Amino acid sequence: MIWALLLVPAVAALIALIVRPNWPRRALLVLAAIAHTALVVACWVRLPPPAIGGWIAMDAAALLFLSITSALFLAAAVYAVGYLASEEKKADSLHSPDGPGEEELPFVNFPEAVFAACLLAFLATMTLVAVSRHLGLMWVGVEATTLASAPLIYFHRHSRSLEATWKYLLICSVGIALALLGNFFVAVAAQSAAGPAIHLTIDNLIARADGLNPLWLKAAFLFFLVGYGTKMGLAPLHTWLPDAHSEAPSVVSALLSGALLNCALLTILRAHALLTAAKLAAFSSDLLVIFGLLSMAVAAVFIIGQADFKRMLAYSSVEHMGILSLGIGIGGLATFGAMLHTVNHSLTKAMLFLVAGNILALYRTKSTTRVRGLLRALPMTGVLWLAGFLAIVGSPPFGPFLSELTILKGMLDAGRPVVAVAYLLALAVVFVGMATICLRMAYGPPPDSLSSATSVTARREPLWSIAPAAALGFLVLALGIYVPPQLTHVLKQAVVALGAN
Amino acid sequence: MNAWLDTILVLLILTNLHLLGSSRISACIRTVAAQALLLAVVSVLAQPSHVGLRLLLLAAVSTTIKAGVLPWLLRRASREAGVQTEDEPFVGFTTSLLLGLGLLGAALHLAGRLRLPLPGADTPTFLVPVALFTIMVGLLVIVGRRKAVMQALGYLAMENGVYAFGLAFAVEEPMLVEMGVLLDVFVAVFVMGIAIHHISREFDHIDVDRLSVLKD
Repeated sequence: MIWALLLVPAVAALIALIVRPNWPRRALLVLAAIAHTALVVACWVRLPPPAIGGWIAMDAAALLFLSITSALFLAAAVYAVGYLASEEKKADSLHSPDGPGEEELPFVNFPEAVFAACLLAFLATMTLVAVSRHLGLMWVGVEATTLASAPLIYFHRHSRSLEATWKYLLICSVGIALALLGNFFVAVAAQSAAGPAIHLTIDNLIARADGLNPLWLKAAFLFFLVGYGTKMGLAPLHTWLPDAHSEAPSVVSALLSGALLNCALLTILRAHALLTAAKLAAFSSDLLVIFGLLSMAVAAVFIIGQADFKRMLAYSSVEHMGILSLGIGIGGLATFGAMLHTVNHSLTKAMLFLVAGNILALYRTKSTTRVRGLLRALPMTGVLWLAGFLAIVGSPPFGPFLSELTILKGMLDAGRPVVAVAYLLALAVVFVGMATICLRMAYGPPPDSLSSATSVTARREPLWSIAPAAALGFLVLALGIYVPPQLTHVLKQAVVALGAN
Repeated sequence: MNAWLDTILVLLILTNLHLLGSSRISACIRTVAAQALLLAVVSVLAQPSHVGLRLLLLAAVSTTIKAGVLPWLLRRASREAGVQTEDEPFVGFTTSLLLGLGLLGAALHLAGRLRLPLPGADTPTFLVPVALFTIMVGLLVIVGRRKAVMQALGYLAMENGVYAFGLAFAVEEPMLVEMGVLLDVFVAVFVMGIAIHHISREFDHIDVDRLSVLKD
């Protein structure tokens, strides 16, 4: 069962490389996504048994993060099919009299087969991170996600995306190399324990956490936080994130922001669980709170007056990773809120990036000042953009409101009023910053350049460009009104699995 | 046995200093390859009691990849980019060497201060500072050099240092994980090599400081 989760996308990736014609390959992409989602749904019914001696297993936390990844990938796959088809059409008419837009340098795309294969491989590696219970295997998975996604950022072959790819590749690889050092530190901490050698599986380590050397364990957590934190986009290690998110195709940005950052978060959570079991939670919690607040503050500063709407969304991801880190650092009810917020943030952010893709396709610019009159130019997209904006800044009745409120209540329950004030302040600043940009984009008359004949055809909103984002938006709305008991159960189980009780 | 090991460790320090002081990229590539080779020897020598098929196989695979395939890839990338030397590094070569000596001192001091619980009597105590030194040198090369190839080399040197650290503590990682790590490093440098190729074609240079369009 777990094997199938890993093998379905991996095998599909290999097949995608071989298949020559475009349409069967696109069908394969969607089919693999559906199969993966179906397998994850089956896991909700009954947790599959562990495999290879407990090295890969499914617990509630893995199930939660994997479900988000799988749902997002399904939405992204549907969107990608339409997107790839339209890119193909655009490539055919590259020398149209209309000429390329201001943002569009004349460039060719990456071969579509490689793109599809990398997308599927990306899913396989993220699944590996979610289900691995061995610290070494988890490291291998996280580094593999970097490598599978780097070519995706370079889909549009031009200088800007190349620059983003290089930064992403180098910064994340170096960061993750430090996390490997963290792995070794845990091994050293385990060597000083009496009794038979401890394997680096999480269950094994947690069961014998008392015997681990606390000094080495603390050092290990520092390295994990810096290493995986780079991947997760915690400030001040986030520098690659806005570049990669703004230059990647929107469908890839949606996956990076909604799924990849979560995977990195999960690895830090595992390390936190280990420290909690070793009674060192005070140390790791404080670090998580500090990094969380710092991320929120840095993101707030950069969101105000941001000139590029995809970069704005990227900084919003930094902010929300900060919220998650903060919530987990506070512990108790805030951890539960953070788990719920993981779901809400991923769904909302993926929706916003998909919508941003539609905007970019019509306006051909990422500039926040040149996009005007969204509601008139693209009615459906405009409505989704506004809904997504309201959801991400935490307005009722959307899901993030509920989870951010839960985290706030957790802070007050834990007796941390100063942290709560700082948290609210950052949220308020982000609200103002994003409202200025998003509302200006939505209202007003569309620019004159959009009234030409070619633009009128471009203003049609095909189903593929709307349905995935609308479905995600519906889920966010539904979660704001009603959290199903099954989900609450899994969230609670995840909190227990992560040892924060 | 220990005399041999000490000699190799001194050689490792020398490779690091050479990496910091050399402007010729091909020489730097050879240096990092030599480092990987030396580390493979250390992995066999450090624990004479544990030498078995598994260890030898791992040493052979890691040598092939880190001292053979990856240097070849990087050499090809730099040749295609038409870049032979690192002309104007951010941190000059003399400064790098001086910094390197400082880092070596810091690594020795740090390892001495930490008083690490080493697992066995047969593990050379000198290996920990050398590992730390290699990691620091790798980081220094990444931030101090301008050419993308040198950054990839810095990453490899750093990876060598982390590997040496694992050796120092005889961290017994399972075969699957060791292979996975090797595979990741291989693919990472492979993808970096492809990226360098594209950078040189797109920009006609591989200077990372001129990759500066994206900012706030």
